[in-house]
Amino acid sequence: MTVTVERPGGRGRVSNGARRHRSSLRRKDSYTLFLLPGAVAFLAVIVVPFLMNTAVSFTDWRGVGTPGWSGLANYRVLPDDSEFWASFRHSLFMVVAMAAVPTAVGLVLAAALFDYVGKHFGSRWAAVLRACFYLPQVLPIAVAGIVWSWILAPENGSLNEVLKAVGLGSWQQDWLGDPDLALYSVMGVMVWVQLGFPLVVFMAGLQRVDPQLYEAAELDGAGWWRRFRHITVPQIRPEIYVVLTWCTIAALKVFGAVYVLTKGGPGGATNVPSYFSFTTFFEKTQVGYGAAVSTVLTVIILAVSLIGLKLQTRSEDAEDAPTGGRA
Amino acid sequence: MTTALRRYRRHPVLIALVLAALFMVVPFLIVAVNAVKSPAEYSANGPLSLPEGLYLDGVKDFWERVDFGQKLVNSVLISGSVAALAVVLSVLNAYAIGIGRIRGRTWVLAFFVLANMLPQEALVYPVYYLSKQVGLYDTRLSVIIVFTVIQAAFGTYLLSSVLGQFPREIIEAARIDGANKWQVLWRIVVPVSRPTLGVLLVFFFIWTWNEFLLPLVMLISNDNQTVSVALGVLQGQRLMDATMTNAAALLGVLPALVFFLVFQRTLTRGIAVGAVK
Repeated sequence: MTVTVERPGGRGRVSNGARRHRSSLRRKDSYTLFLLPGAVAFLAVIVVPFLMNTAVSFTDWRGVGTPGWSGLANYRVLPDDSEFWASFRHSLFMVVAMAAVPTAVGLVLAAALFDYVGKHFGSRWAAVLRACFYLPQVLPIAVAGIVWSWILAPENGSLNEVLKAVGLGSWQQDWLGDPDLALYSVMGVMVWVQLGFPLVVFMAGLQRVDPQLYEAAELDGAGWWRRFRHITVPQIRPEIYVVLTWCTIAALKVFGAVYVLTKGGPGGATNVPSYFSFTTFFEKTQVGYGAAVSTVLTVIILAVSLIGLKLQTRSEDAEDAPTGGRA
Repeated sequence: MTTALRRYRRHPVLIALVLAALFMVVPFLIVAVNAVKSPAEYSANGPLSLPEGLYLDGVKDFWERVDFGQKLVNSVLISGSVAALAVVLSVLNAYAIGIGRIRGRTWVLAFFVLANMLPQEALVYPVYYLSKQVGLYDTRLSVIIVFTVIQAAFGTYLLSSVLGQFPREIIEAARIDGANKWQVLWRIVVPVSRPTLGVLLVFFFIWTWNEFLLPLVMLISNDNQTVSVALGVLQGQRLMDATMTNAAALLGVLPALVFFLVFQRTLTRGIAVGAVK
């Protein structure tokens, strides 16, 4: 890349130069000014609201009037609130559907597309297939929800119609309306939504793996599965941690899909923490209690991020270190 | 053709992958097929038959009923402004952190990372309350401001590490030639980093387009709602019949498809950049 450095006019040149030479410390610090707009904006939009939310969680505020301090009362109620526990239990299901399954399936798909399809049929095939898997990721979650709630509809829904057409009419279900099934239906939709993200990241990661590793393994007679276990997975371990962290956080935050597909129902069967805090804030207007729920969610998410970051740096350090017979 | 078919038949893995890929795409096809059926045809033949003709009144009715043009304008306005402003804010922050190497930059960067991880649930009520206090509630501007900052948290994080590896000789050379910091930023750093900024711009646009929780809370009047919020609220009210749902789904899918086709390369490549940095 060529860079042309334009010479500015003589204006202000001398004073600039003089200031620059005074001390290197000072020169570094004057960059702080560039941080000013960002600092102000972050203070107003993130820091102040976040501190407010945390403070409100120690009150019995209902959105109007002066909040009354209630200490840890909200946090004492939480452990006895079955709705709270149910929502976090459903969160674990979401982690399975949005982090565990897409990462595992994405890994196998990425390896198959890269190591098999890409090599035997050309990168065109691999790119087209990758695009198909990635497509749901660009869809607004609200729209994905509309599409799927219509497909899963009990009457005239496409899934039930397909089942009827292939002679499995007895398998027809009210997929989103049955309390025993709704959570699994939402999980299925989330796998569909999420799968493309790990796939694309892993395929990009595989591109920096030395092809000689695969060639050597192939010469040694290692089959596909052994290459997958001993080359693919260890080589892109940093990506795996990144994807797991991001997807787990996304799963803990899931809101739009639940809002559009089930509204947390039927009977709270698909309630999740973010939807729970949303209804507590805006429908029950128990702002203090909602703030406590969202604070717990924040603490969990920050813990997950820190663990993920730690695993990621450790695996990157391992990768930078001289490789002594790792593969 | 037959030899080609035979060649592929010997490859069960490829066939399985193609079938799986089809499964991912089928929901889009079903939506498209059913959006052009008349209500009578739909109730007679169900969702799986091919359309007998092109019936566009359903889509047209839905468009007029929800004033979809206005929703598109709102979404474009909000997402476009956020993308541009968030890139500018990210560049300014990252210039100070990555190139200026200001003191305490590790902590500043850690702050942006944390801000990026923070769930919107922990901000939504105060943002709602404060925006009411300052008279910005139910305005598109409020959503633009909030998402500019939220997206810039990620942008700062990513760009800081990109600019941290910026060739220092170029900057030194420019400084010796007498360029001040602003000139270095706008005439050297920004043009050289243009590919990364382009990726960020696309991502910010699509992410903001797809956002749901905060726009749902902040934009209550019909004239201000985005595509996502309008469709999500309609679906949540359970008032739509099958034809309307199809029209809604099609109109929601189409912009996403357009972005996907236009930005496919940037999306798939950029996501990798974002994840590894």
